[in-house]
Amino acid sequence: MYRYDQYDQAMVDARVEEFRDQARRRLEGKLTEDQFKPLRLQNGLYLQLHAYMLRVAIPYGTLSGAQMHMLADIADKYDRGYGHFTTRQNIQYNWIKLEEAADLLADLATVEMHAIQTSGNCIRNISSDHYAGAAADEVVDPRPYAELLRQWSSFHPEFAALPRKFKIAVIASEKDRAAMRLHDIGIRIVKTAEGTLGAAFYVGGGMGRTPMVAPLIREFVPLDRMVTYAEACLRVYNRHGRRDNKYKARIKILVHEMGAEEYARQVEEEFAHLLAQGVEPPAAELDRIRSFFQPPEFAVGLPEEADRADPDFALWLDTNTHAHKVPGYVSATISLKPVGGIPGDATAEQMHLMADLARDYSFDECRVTHAQNIVLPHVEIGKLYDLWQKLEAAGLGTANLDTVGDIIACPGLDYCSLANARSIPVAQKISRRFAETGKGAALGELKLKISGCINACGHHHAGHIGILGVDRKGVENYQLLLGGSEAEDVSLGKITGPGFNEAGIVDAVETVADLYLARRQEGERFLDTYRRLGMDAFKEALYG
Amino acid sequence: MADFDLGTGRDEVQLRFRDDEQADVAAVTVDSFLDQVDADAVRIEPGDDARDLLPHLARLRLVEVNFPSHTDGRGYSAARLLREHGYNGELRAVGDVLVDQLRYLRRCGFDAFAPDRPLDEADAAAALERFAHVYQATTDKAVPIWSLRHG
Repeated sequence: MYRYDQYDQAMVDARVEEFRDQARRRLEGKLTEDQFKPLRLQNGLYLQLHAYMLRVAIPYGTLSGAQMHMLADIADKYDRGYGHFTTRQNIQYNWIKLEEAADLLADLATVEMHAIQTSGNCIRNISSDHYAGAAADEVVDPRPYAELLRQWSSFHPEFAALPRKFKIAVIASEKDRAAMRLHDIGIRIVKTAEGTLGAAFYVGGGMGRTPMVAPLIREFVPLDRMVTYAEACLRVYNRHGRRDNKYKARIKILVHEMGAEEYARQVEEEFAHLLAQGVEPPAAELDRIRSFFQPPEFAVGLPEEADRADPDFALWLDTNTHAHKVPGYVSATISLKPVGGIPGDATAEQMHLMADLARDYSFDECRVTHAQNIVLPHVEIGKLYDLWQKLEAAGLGTANLDTVGDIIACPGLDYCSLANARSIPVAQKISRRFAETGKGAALGELKLKISGCINACGHHHAGHIGILGVDRKGVENYQLLLGGSEAEDVSLGKITGPGFNEAGIVDAVETVADLYLARRQEGERFLDTYRRLGMDAFKEALYG
Repeated sequence: MADFDLGTGRDEVQLRFRDDEQADVAAVTVDSFLDQVDADAVRIEPGDDARDLLPHLARLRLVEVNFPSHTDGRGYSAARLLREHGYNGELRAVGDVLVDQLRYLRRCGFDAFAPDRPLDEADAAAALERFAHVYQATTDKAVPIWSLRHG
């Protein structure tokens, strides 16, 4: 794992003091709320429906046990004993007091963490593949490149007042587990036939009210020019991105209106200019960062099969583990989606337990996934049964990864001041319905994503089944979307037709699931059947 | 204490980080500047393209960059572009310039500030001194952390 040196620590410590000073000036009336807002946002502090919400950055989703313990302590000390893991691999706390926020940030800094640029119109926390460093299919661990970009983007003086927020994801495999092409910049680290690594840049993806899949802007950026190229991408956006309309301010609109080719041309021009400006860190810096991501000392000759005698364990093993690059190990997903639970929530007690399990079973490392679960990346297959029993005892052993129970949901109208409808109760009802009917297991991979408003924090466009909460004449109404995917087969879901009320949407999800069960062919996932049959078959079942 | 003057500038300029005499010139719009071959001071609005000035940098003594709102960050890119292309004259941020923008503005090449509302000088000094290091190489002289790490 990356560790701060004196410089990284000094930057984070200075930021805590800067924010303490800003909060003081706000409380003294030296700053108006309008002036304070962008400052607090760039420290992760939102004003929500009931209180301040604070979002903590978890760079590329990677956490040590000590860091997870601190997240638990913060939940106890400053919040109500729980936290919410988000779709961008961060954690947020919903009940924060402005007067205490600086103390919270100071506590975070003691474990090399921060909330810098977790909101606001700046470059946000950089996300990555949650199996990075473990996945059998990666060409390289993508996290050193994400870390290089984290440092470059932190306190970047030119890009602190962008037209809109800016999200970057870095992956390094053909399989996309980070919704890479739905980011403002998606980077895939690729390897040429000669074995040279480089970065493919996709620019202009995003969800929100105008979802777009990012086009490929440059197939291969040499790794020793990656920062410079990113800077060129951002500069073109900062200069030309729309500022007349908040809803047209994301880079996806610029790339769309300008055309990908013209955008690429302007970036090339800026890139050529910036190459002479010396903005790229030296190769030695990338080497230094890489040295923190060396594989842990894996044992050899370990058993490659687990004892499947316990059927509940066998189900969890089949559902919640992922192939590892080293024989004898897997990556194990801890589901934060218990039946009827709030997706992504974890109590302080559960966080402490997960921290201990990371230490005991996974070289003291865990990951937050964009699907709001926790991964232990390096677990010995022979120890999985022990691990699972401990998870089960704490309500963390649900076997539902990537199934209909593994719902992504935004906080919705229960917390968020932007929301039009509640997301959490809908997620809970669907989760319970499929658990009660027992259909959940039969359905296999089925990614269901719920957003409580058009801003799409719950990724509804990218769900095999998506649900969008809207306000219809003062009543919560839910639109159903089908056919989205955030993976390498990326696509955007389409709305089926008229929306449903809260009870109706749960029935509607069951209706389309039933149609899939009735019509699927051998080996087809829900998404495959939908793509084969088309929307009309599903419309017919829904609306007759 | 910082090595700059606070509140001693002429006219509306509150902070200035240059040794030369402040130019007693009036800035004109980009369009006017391009029309007048002898103009030596220009004011860039957010919608202007700073690249239009690049062929004329030699005759410029003052560039003002207007920030009608502190949330519109186009002026940061305009400033860096001018510096990267060799402009050495005064680069003045005017408008909705606030204490907490000073450090980034300095890093992008601004060396004079004429805020709409005068800044609290102690707060401004503290904001400029708070961070000992920087992560990026820009047009200012600050040595980025990656360079300190590798000599």
